[in-house]
Amino acid sequence: MNTFTYYPGCTLRTKAKDLDAYARASAEALGITLEEPENWQCCGGAYTTAKDEIATKLSAVRTLNAAKEAGRPLITVCSACHNVIKQTNYDISNDEEMAAKVNNYLKLDEAYTGETTVYHYLEMLRDVVGFDNLKKKVVNPFKGKKIAAYYGCLLLRPGKALAMDDPENPSIMEDFIKAIGGTPVIYAQRNECCGGYITMEDKAQASKRSAKVMDSAQEQGADMIITACPLCLYNLKKNSGSDLPVYYFTELLAEALGLKEANNE
Amino acid sequence: MNNNLKEQVLRSSGVNVLKCMRCGKCSGTCPSYDEMEYHPHQFVYMVEKGDIETLMNSKSIYKCLTCFACVERCPRNVEPAKVVEAVRLAAIRKQGNNHLIADNIPEMLDEDLPQQAIVTAFRKYTK
Repeated sequence: MNTFTYYPGCTLRTKAKDLDAYARASAEALGITLEEPENWQCCGGAYTTAKDEIATKLSAVRTLNAAKEAGRPLITVCSACHNVIKQTNYDISNDEEMAAKVNNYLKLDEAYTGETTVYHYLEMLRDVVGFDNLKKKVVNPFKGKKIAAYYGCLLLRPGKALAMDDPENPSIMEDFIKAIGGTPVIYAQRNECCGGYITMEDKAQASKRSAKVMDSAQEQGADMIITACPLCLYNLKKNSGSDLPVYYFTELLAEALGLKEANNE
Repeated sequence: MNNNLKEQVLRSSGVNVLKCMRCGKCSGTCPSYDEMEYHPHQFVYMVEKGDIETLMNSKSIYKCLTCFACVERCPRNVEPAKVVEAVRLAAIRKQGNNHLIADNIPEMLDEDLPQQAIVTAFRKYTK
């Protein structure tokens, strides 16, 4: 019952190994078993909204179908993977022409039409484990720490497809912060974009965006900022010019659960 | 006016540009506003007018961060980001018109840049 198909995605295998390792260790400690599907492919990083794009959506459908065949819900951690997979699942459930074209190509034993339930790891904590239960398992609470949750764009929007939380006034990460004993900091830029992939060709724009986010959190007295996204972490750390510490939420989770040293070799 | 190009963008985006009431909320909330020559609400009405090539030739199509702020906050559910995407695709699908070339990637890298940035940029800028 508490076994899930787990999709790490390309970056969690390379530049964001911490995000992955702490997620796995914490899940185990919380009684959740994560099983990675064989031969998964990169999600593509960004969902292509165009209706005449099919090939770019196939890898996400393969992941969704792997979970369906395993008979389990799918768990993601990276915000980008989550966004691509959720938008793909929404469109294949609601756009018959897209579903027909995808299935015509994939020739699966049974057509995939959006059957898989997808949880972001934070939703798993909220809806499967429960923040009250998580609180009981915390051994190193972040007492007195003012923690700013950074949602960015990918976890929440488009709200009708992502359906995680109120896209304009979310609370899931703040509730997570409370569960691990910290004090959440609310700030204006928490659900605005960090600049994302524009860092590849326009560092100035990425710097401007990420500095706005960091300054907004700092003005509200944050001691640190947490994110689920490797690209947000990169922009906030490397492009913002701010020295406010930035962590993956899974790192704080593992620390709160007393697991950090064991996995922080 | 290029009707064929207009039809292609309308079909590809799936957007009904006639729903727009020109309130400008999409552009007001756009994190790339200062970097854009044409702003999200202008994309919507220029596509309505059929003025697609002007947009295709503007650097604005590479400034959209796909953050979906305009999609979420549009009071008429017009979804301007989908129009920007359809115009950008019309541009990069032209032979020899890729905006990001694989050979140029190595000089953009640093030791911390996540793979996610590279694959996303490829998906956005290159066919």
